[in-house]
Amino acid sequence: MKQKNIIQIIILFFVIAALGFVIYNTQQKIAAQNISSGFDFLQDEASFEISESLIEYSSFDTYKKALTVGLLNTLKVSILGNILALLLGILIGISLLSQNILLKKLCQSYVEIMRNTPLLLQLFFWYAIMNSLLPAPQEAISFAGTFFSNRGISIPWFEFSSFSWSYPKFKSFNFEGGYTLSLEFVALLFGLVVYTSAFIAEIVRAGLLSVQKGQWEASKTLGLSAWQSIRFVIFPQALRVAIPPLTSQILNLTKNSSLAVAIAFPDFVSVANTTMNQTGQALEVILLILLVYLTFSLLTAAFMNWYNKKISLVER
Amino acid sequence: MSKEIINLTNVNKWYGDFHVLKDVNLTVNEGEILVVCGPSGSGKSTMIRCLNRLEEHQKGKIFISGTELNSEAKNINHIRKDVGMVFQHFNLFPHLTVLDNLTLGPIWVKKVPKKEAEKRALFYLDRVKIKEHAYKYPGQISGGQKQRVAIARSLCMQPKILLFDEPTSALDPEMVKEVLDIMIELTKEKITMIVVTHEMGFAKEVSDRVIFMADGKILETAKPEEFFNNPKHKQLQTFLSQVLT
Amino acid sequence: MNLKNIKNNLFKDYLNSTISTMLIIGLFYTAYYLFLYFIVNGIWNGDADTCRASQGFCWSFIRAKFQYILVGLYPDDKLWRPISAFILFIGFISYIKHPKNWSSKNFSYFVITLLLCAFLIRGGFFGLSLVDSEQWGGLLLTIIVAVCGVIVAYPLGVLLALARRSSLPLLKYLSILYIEFIRGIPLISLLFMSAVLLPLFLPEGVEIGKLFRAQVAMIMFFSAYMAEIVRGGLQSISNGQYEGAESLGLNYYQKMRKVILPQALKVVIPPTVNTIIGFFKDTSLLVIIALFDLMYTAKASVTDPKWVGFSLESYLFIAVIYFILCLMMGNYAKYLEKYLKKENL
Repeated sequence: MKQKNIIQIIILFFVIAALGFVIYNTQQKIAAQNISSGFDFLQDEASFEISESLIEYSSFDTYKKALTVGLLNTLKVSILGNILALLLGILIGISLLSQNILLKKLCQSYVEIMRNTPLLLQLFFWYAIMNSLLPAPQEAISFAGTFFSNRGISIPWFEFSSFSWSYPKFKSFNFEGGYTLSLEFVALLFGLVVYTSAFIAEIVRAGLLSVQKGQWEASKTLGLSAWQSIRFVIFPQALRVAIPPLTSQILNLTKNSSLAVAIAFPDFVSVANTTMNQTGQALEVILLILLVYLTFSLLTAAFMNWYNKKISLVER
Repeated sequence: MSKEIINLTNVNKWYGDFHVLKDVNLTVNEGEILVVCGPSGSGKSTMIRCLNRLEEHQKGKIFISGTELNSEAKNINHIRKDVGMVFQHFNLFPHLTVLDNLTLGPIWVKKVPKKEAEKRALFYLDRVKIKEHAYKYPGQISGGQKQRVAIARSLCMQPKILLFDEPTSALDPEMVKEVLDIMIELTKEKITMIVVTHEMGFAKEVSDRVIFMADGKILETAKPEEFFNNPKHKQLQTFLSQVLT
Repeated sequence: MNLKNIKNNLFKDYLNSTISTMLIIGLFYTAYYLFLYFIVNGIWNGDADTCRASQGFCWSFIRAKFQYILVGLYPDDKLWRPISAFILFIGFISYIKHPKNWSSKNFSYFVITLLLCAFLIRGGFFGLSLVDSEQWGGLLLTIIVAVCGVIVAYPLGVLLALARRSSLPLLKYLSILYIEFIRGIPLISLLFMSAVLLPLFLPEGVEIGKLFRAQVAMIMFFSAYMAEIVRGGLQSISNGQYEGAESLGLNYYQKMRKVILPQALKVVIPPTVNTIIGFFKDTSLLVIIALFDLMYTAKASVTDPKWVGFSLESYLFIAVIYFILCLMMGNYAKYLEKYLKKENL
């Protein structure tokens, strides 16, 4: 015991010394730069524009509001992205086990290509492709009331204020009515979904393979079709194996959405970065980033744990 | 006879709320062969694992050749040099050859030069009759051979005390004998042996004393003839009738 | 495969037949258009204007930007140095990659090789002129950051994993705090953080370069993930191994070094390689803090006034580079997994 305590005291000493060193230097520099520490800056005027927002925002609003806008944008792309990536990933994961060789090989190549190139590169690529292939708004491609142009995708939208559908129409410079998803958002969402789905597909495949062969045989003996076997027998069991790695994929997508900063989609990290550069409040802003992402992680982990418990209880 | 080498006084141990060892008192003399038996869960494994502090006892005192076993790391390491252990599941190191398994302790703990450690290892491998497997990996030999290697590994440390934790329980029946033969041969040495086992034949043939444990207590201690022919405790009588049939 | 097999595979029932037919038609169209795009209409010789006039892939762009994308602004007359370093590196890797060649002697040769490579690239001693880190770029820089990152972060990860399983509560909680903190935030914010905070933490007058700051962030990031992998390996080692080592009287260091770690690290080799692949891909984020990595040179090539607008060419080119390197590492992981499984039988 004595020896252990001595080691711990030495460690503690070094940690405190390092912290003291860092804090002292930081204080010196902050004093020199004349930045007041604390979160008061959140009430100051942001004076920068944000290209898209789920809530009313202008450059006269506070940093607090600007950061909220960023947070909502992150939530928007992560939630939508995770749902779509799960759907696509499950579909591809099942196809990876298909007996149709053509389909199987195609999905395998898809997974290999997606997993072996950086997400950031893919985002740049999709953004560049969409930018160069989609026409200007005047010549937008229209399909079922939806307009595709290099400004983004304009879709019909249900307007709650007037309680009616509103359709996008081109007026002189831009689309009015409906709801316009910016090109940056579409490229980010698309990139995240396509990339993450490859990882999810592999997890789903491994999960399905982990179910014993006897389970397939038993469900066939009962006369269930292939689809029914998957739906009622195999999938629920595979899910238990797949839940922990799926959780980390969901978190990955959420964290990866911060790459938005590279294609100028104003997500939380992007807005926070602008804030940091403008105010010089590096420590405070970074604490905020930490707080936000750790909350995401904890919430997701809590939800998945709850879900995991629920399905494993059903199993018993 | 000779002087005492192990002394347990009122040793107690708990796993959480579960009281595994209850006031265990035991003295073992140098060179003695002691067999510990009893139903599973009686605390016999826990007791001998306390002797080289793989388990920590919470109350009472344990002395090994005069050194007290307590949380002092120095004492623990000192004692472990003198106390060898043979496990139920061998616990050989799968990434090392048989020879390297044997030389690891002498080289690193006793600072024996590599050449000499290998010579010693080959000597003991010869004693347990598997010299020819020296350069194989544990994964390539049978269970009985593994246990003989494990015995040789302990011997290489030239311990004063050798603990056996159910050394034949994980073996296929046809391999039990080869291990027991080695152990019987070992009893001719001057090593103190404490053997936890269900092999009553071994106890009858070579032990100096037999101990019966149940519910964390030592219920009976006797010379083997006395122990098997005239068991006093009721639980021991039932136990023997179950084991000996 | 014979005809009957094809029929059974692809046209077993209505659903399969429909899928197969659609896939075959789709594949043919794609192959046809790719052929047109890359080969028939591809421009091999010619300037940017010829390329713009054509509907095809601009191979001339790749030819013009090849060197810049691969090594950035590394001086022309000294190109032999990174090339020979690369050959040396690849040569040694292809020798040491087989588990039969794993030994501590070869490991020290590996370290020497790396030092030699570093010397070739940087120079500054023994008559080789100095090429400053600001002139490194492209694939060269990406590989440097990745290799340095792995070499420093791997042992750090092992230490963190050991700390996390330590019986000293202080060490354990510090390690948990560090690992979960790093894993909880996106790499990009860690990079921003290191760019802004590291200079703040250091005393007045001490300056560290942008590349070094980024490298520190990458190492911090990778070591936390590595620690979790190693922890998994440590957990997979049975208690008996610890007890066996302890009963021989080995102390903590000997026990870990001789018995536990050799086994634990071996178990987790496949996930380790996969994490390294992930780390290699993550180095592309350096572009966001304006470091001249492969991603940056590809992006900057497109903004060259002479070659503006060939982003597709540029991105596809580096995508192929990333793809080949990652695929090779991935296949190596699979090979090792198989080899080690066979060996453990």
